[in-house]
Amino acid sequence: MNPFAYTRATNQQAAIQAIMQQNAKFIAGGTNLLDLMKENVEQPARLIDINRLELTQIAERRDGGLRLGALAKNSDTANHQLVRERYPLVTQAILAGASAQLRNAATNGGNLMQRTRCYYFYDTVMPCNKRDPGSGCGALEGFSRIHAIFGTSPLCIATHPSDMCVALAALDAVVQVEGPQGPRSIPFAEFHRLPGDTPQIDTNLRRDELITAIDLPATANSFADHSYYLKVRDRASYAFALVSVAAALDIRNGVIQEARVAMGGVAHKPWRATKAESALKGQRPEERIFRIAADAEMQTALGTEHNRFKIELGRRAIVRALTIAANNA
Amino acid sequence: MNLIESVPPADASETVAVRLRVNGTNYGLRLDPRTSLLNLLRENLDLPGTKKGCDHGQCGACTVIVNGRRINSCLTLAVIYDGSEITTVEGLANGDELHPLQSAFVRHEGFQCGYCTSGQLCSAVAMIQEVDQGTASHVTADVRKSGNVVLTDEEIRERMSGNICRCGAYPGIVAAIREVTQQSSQRGV
Repeated sequence: MNPFAYTRATNQQAAIQAIMQQNAKFIAGGTNLLDLMKENVEQPARLIDINRLELTQIAERRDGGLRLGALAKNSDTANHQLVRERYPLVTQAILAGASAQLRNAATNGGNLMQRTRCYYFYDTVMPCNKRDPGSGCGALEGFSRIHAIFGTSPLCIATHPSDMCVALAALDAVVQVEGPQGPRSIPFAEFHRLPGDTPQIDTNLRRDELITAIDLPATANSFADHSYYLKVRDRASYAFALVSVAAALDIRNGVIQEARVAMGGVAHKPWRATKAESALKGQRPEERIFRIAADAEMQTALGTEHNRFKIELGRRAIVRALTIAANNA
Repeated sequence: MNLIESVPPADASETVAVRLRVNGTNYGLRLDPRTSLLNLLRENLDLPGTKKGCDHGQCGACTVIVNGRRINSCLTLAVIYDGSEITTVEGLANGDELHPLQSAFVRHEGFQCGYCTSGQLCSAVAMIQEVDQGTASHVTADVRKSGNVVLTDEEIRERMSGNICRCGAYPGIVAAIREVTQQSSQRGV
């Protein structure tokens, strides 16, 4: 690991001042960043420790929504009483990810800032347009079993690794950030990016901005009775998703008033399955409809030689997640 | 107070002052900020019970308890935990009297080579506290319902999934944890 200067930020202003220095990075839980530093994928000259900032609170907002502090641990977020009761999809998604040890260290803000687990990104001997722009993509010609089937570009087919973010995407969370010009809000759908021509840029967070909180809207509470996070992976626990589905239905009078479907393990960002959502709205919650919705979404997927299986897997996962969500209560 | 200074490599940046309490002993340290908590314990504090398996947060051998919570000591910088209270496997026993989980691991053969065992033990001790606090897991049927956790074998396996045992001593590990949790619930602890 390269040497770096270490400073502890005691308040937000100081943290934002410090991050403007060259090649500086924030560190919170460190579970992803330190791993990348050990592999020389990340080589910051300066680490700004933000763990002392008062951003750990989880509290109800005046509008009835819930504010998740950026520095609240993933484990505390998953087990917060209000998250469990009102946004069980978030609890399920967090608990499907990583291990208890990692969730105890990892923070909510850090979860959003995770980088891909693409093995070509991690291996500094291999070309990777995300790590070293212009060097090429090892995955396109290599083993691409874990890679993306939606929204890929000729430069990058990496996936976003988070489970929590898939639930947050489904529930239209809002990311609150603070920068030198003050605060701003970023809708979750606009937080992460597709690779396009700039796969090295994962998010629309600016370099000098700090995530302060993630807001769950009060309206997302209407999905609490019928939501489910389904994760399909190579082993039963402690593995990244091949495909995951966050399904949330607002069912009243036997009709789906509104549907939310988001997928993990399939794209460079948490993938909102809007075509599936449109096919569900106004319909009865039954398997025939779920199949139509799944087909509508998955017909736009594009697989490689190695990950084509994800298209059928995704179709079945959507149907199963919706079926379980509909039958909850 | 034990004062310990790690020898910084030639290319290191400025060292950082850190105070830690480990297994009841206070330490005042000056550390290269790159020092992982795992390396600090093993190489500077002479506590080699905590093991380095993968060094990437994928095996759990390095699990220690920091401020009451289990974490992977390999994936954290020691400087981040300035002021913290840390328990390693060396701190579980009471003198010569083994921790109940340690005895149960012996009784149920919860290990073969033993390399993952210190991580398994620290992880299980903290896991039992998490269960007492009513936390949900990935296999909890309805996370909206709070209250007592029924610690089935499936729950034990899921909650311990962050600790890999390459010898495959899982049946013994699960049996040991099951025995200890059942005894404590019978005692009403």
